[in-house]
Amino acid sequence: MLVEIENLRVAFRSRSETVEAVRGVSFSVGREKFAIVGESGSGKSLTARSLMQLLPGNAEVSADVLRFDGIDLRGASEKVLRKIRGKRVGFILQDPKYSLNPVMTIGQQIAEAWREHKGGSHKAAMQAAIDLLEQVKIRDPAAVAKRYPHEVSGGMGQRVMIAMMLAPDPELLIADEPTSALDATVQAEILKLIDELVSARGMGLILISHDLPLVSHFCDRVAVMYAGRIVELLDAGQLQQAQHPYTRGLLACLPSLRHPRERLPVLQRDAAWRN
Amino acid sequence: MPLLKRIVSTLGSLVLTLFGLSVLTFFIGRVMPTDPVLAAVGDNAPQSVVERVRAEMGLDQPLYVQFGHYINQLLHGDLGKSILTSNPVITDIARFFPATMELATAAIIIAALIGIPLGVWAAVRQRSWVDQTIRVICLAGHSLPVFVLALLSLLVFYAVLGIAPGPGRQDIIWQDMVPQVTGFLTIDSLLAGETDAFWDALAHMAQPLLILAYFSMAYITRMTRTFMLNALSGEFVITARAKGLSSRRVIWRHAFPTVAVQLVTVLALTYAGLLEGAVVTENVFAWPGIGQYLTTSLMNADMNPVIGATLLVGTVYVLLNQLADLLYRLWDPRVK
Amino acid sequence: MIFFSREWLLDDTPANRRQAVWGRRYRLWLSLRSNPLAMAGLLVVAVMLLLALFAPWLTPFDPGMQHLENRLAAPSAAHWLGTDELGRDVWTRIIYGGRTTLGMVIAVVLLTAPLGLLIGCIAGYAGGFIDKALMRLTDIFLAFPRLILALAFVAALKPGVESAILAIALTSWPPYARLARAETLQFRHSDFIAASRLTGASPLRIILRHIMPLCVPSLIVRVTLDMSSIIITAASLGFLGMGAQPPSPEWGTMIATARRFLFSEWWVPLMPCIAIFLTSLAFNFLGDGLRDVLDPKER
Repeated sequence: MLVEIENLRVAFRSRSETVEAVRGVSFSVGREKFAIVGESGSGKSLTARSLMQLLPGNAEVSADVLRFDGIDLRGASEKVLRKIRGKRVGFILQDPKYSLNPVMTIGQQIAEAWREHKGGSHKAAMQAAIDLLEQVKIRDPAAVAKRYPHEVSGGMGQRVMIAMMLAPDPELLIADEPTSALDATVQAEILKLIDELVSARGMGLILISHDLPLVSHFCDRVAVMYAGRIVELLDAGQLQQAQHPYTRGLLACLPSLRHPRERLPVLQRDAAWRN
Repeated sequence: MPLLKRIVSTLGSLVLTLFGLSVLTFFIGRVMPTDPVLAAVGDNAPQSVVERVRAEMGLDQPLYVQFGHYINQLLHGDLGKSILTSNPVITDIARFFPATMELATAAIIIAALIGIPLGVWAAVRQRSWVDQTIRVICLAGHSLPVFVLALLSLLVFYAVLGIAPGPGRQDIIWQDMVPQVTGFLTIDSLLAGETDAFWDALAHMAQPLLILAYFSMAYITRMTRTFMLNALSGEFVITARAKGLSSRRVIWRHAFPTVAVQLVTVLALTYAGLLEGAVVTENVFAWPGIGQYLTTSLMNADMNPVIGATLLVGTVYVLLNQLADLLYRLWDPRVK
Repeated sequence: MIFFSREWLLDDTPANRRQAVWGRRYRLWLSLRSNPLAMAGLLVVAVMLLLALFAPWLTPFDPGMQHLENRLAAPSAAHWLGTDELGRDVWTRIIYGGRTTLGMVIAVVLLTAPLGLLIGCIAGYAGGFIDKALMRLTDIFLAFPRLILALAFVAALKPGVESAILAIALTSWPPYARLARAETLQFRHSDFIAASRLTGASPLRIILRHIMPLCVPSLIVRVTLDMSSIIITAASLGFLGMGAQPPSPEWGTMIATARRFLFSEWWVPLMPCIAIFLTSLAFNFLGDGLRDVLDPKER
């Protein structure tokens, strides 16, 4: 098992109140493709970030079990975390417009990721960066390496992000809504790319998304989150047999070419789902 | 050629602003006073001088002609004459400005070297006691007039503790003993090999320097902190941390460079503020710089030096700002 | 429903506009109240204002009354802060000095804030040549450090409180114009402005009724933060003999006239220094607190 999480809780304390954004989430991930699906505010992003302790300073994280490859990450020191971040776990953020350093060239950023964990000269790292850009199917990688992030499109930026995170050859990749900021036409391409690379390298994948049908295509297992809890956990192939009313409601809302309907049903939320 | 076009437009903008400066100083110097001639020559000048200057200034002529004269004079470096020193103002300024520059330059270097790391530290440790302490120090810097701190410093370090030398730039024995090369006493004395003179100059410089440095530092630290807080909340910082980079690298090689360019503008603004702070500081420490020149002339209702010094400071400030703007455009890849 | 009760103000679904507006103001007040430094600042400012307002009833002496036989007395029960070089009670002169200083500050703000706001909004809304011209004008005034330009102005006029007020005002309006313009640019292309134009509102009406009110919160923050700077500039002018003239009790002037007693009867020049420091600090705390409340992303 790469990842083991039990009873994860993330809370934010402000002057007047405490808000629990993640309320007892448990799951484990091996060398498979695991998806966490939910709407905005369901806590899915926070769950992913808490594994690598990438939460903002005022977040309070607690869990019964929070392990990566058997290493206990609860209250782990920066030293321990740095051995895992990048080297063994990669993290792809949502919008390359903001998640890439605006004043460093693309090549420099990827080369930095390479050098940090593999060492070597600047030249070797830059060459490796160009190779990686080729692996993520960017044409003319040498030219792109010299560009700055704001000079490339969103889709290309995400490819850069993927290249950067795969540079140290990690075992697990966490992708936090990797396609949400992209055009619909590009979304499938990027996911396909992730899928291919993860499979080819034998990595594990945790994919966060709000798009249920999209992830069910690419992933082996799906966890549905609502209001900070996992309400359903099943194999991707068994989605139609989902039990929880929220999942069923989500599935029912999807338009379908094969079974067209006059009116799309509206998801009726039940306060009981918060429990 | 966009680069050429940009240079031309920058120069054009510069000229326009400087023109505006001269309009303003013309207005203050010639239009506002009830009798500009008396303002220029003083109440005690003999009638012949008054008549001559009145004719020179051409006060009976329409304003735009007077203004034309004024611009002509400016372009020839003629800023009029000082009543007090009887020298052309431009000569006086050339003599006094290096002293102020010495103070201001040294002050900004110290302020930047201390202030920037402090600002970064405060941002990284936001809301901790480090942050609060630094904020309080900066706030105190904003709440005190420069002259108050100068007076207090004089009281404590000179009168009570006796460790600081008296007012002025150097002890009497060293007066005019060091050949002038740069106008910076510290550098000149080192160049001449007079180490004693160097230490004397440094000792005299210490108080006004540290006070000016403190006030600049308050501003620099606060702006650095604000910029860094902004940068550290960016998603790319999370990416950098996710890459497994050390905190130090994330702060200085990722967050800080995005901020460095803005700091250049801050430093330019600070330098102008230093020229302002120098006015009162030089007054308290009897430092023979442009500030002292300005205030002494003021108190004696000597208008030409006042206008001349004001114009000089304004020009320096405008040039600094343009320089900062230029550096910003050259450096920041986002603006290219 | 009881008006202005706590529940009415904090109601999540206000029934009318008045309730919503007051509810928002109350929430802002609660937020400010939780900031101890800001509250301290507010308290000091309020105390200063009260002292200045009721000065004649709060001071036992006449600020101009000289008692040369009792010069430079140390603080005592009769004279709380001692007497100055002409035997005048320092406490009294500090309070009356507060009147002068605060009066100057208020005068400056009343002159500059509306003017800067108007210029900035017009520049931002009109755009094009008007914008460029107004911004060029603003830049020219901003090209001089405030004190130096104020000194030049005062030199041309007669040194005194009125000249000082005018001089400081002339150098203080540019930042407000800049700020107002930046804010206006944000709203200029928004839909509700377009809607106003479509209903036939004249540009002046749009600026006055729609854009200017939106710029007010950040302007208030800026003004409060600027207060300490104005106080310091006024004191500096006084210190250089260019502001309020003796025997007028302005803090900067008081320090200048007492300067030669710095090494002996140090409390005489020191008291006005403390007064300046406390007042500036209070305005800074208050301004910081207001900024956190009204414009949180600026912290």
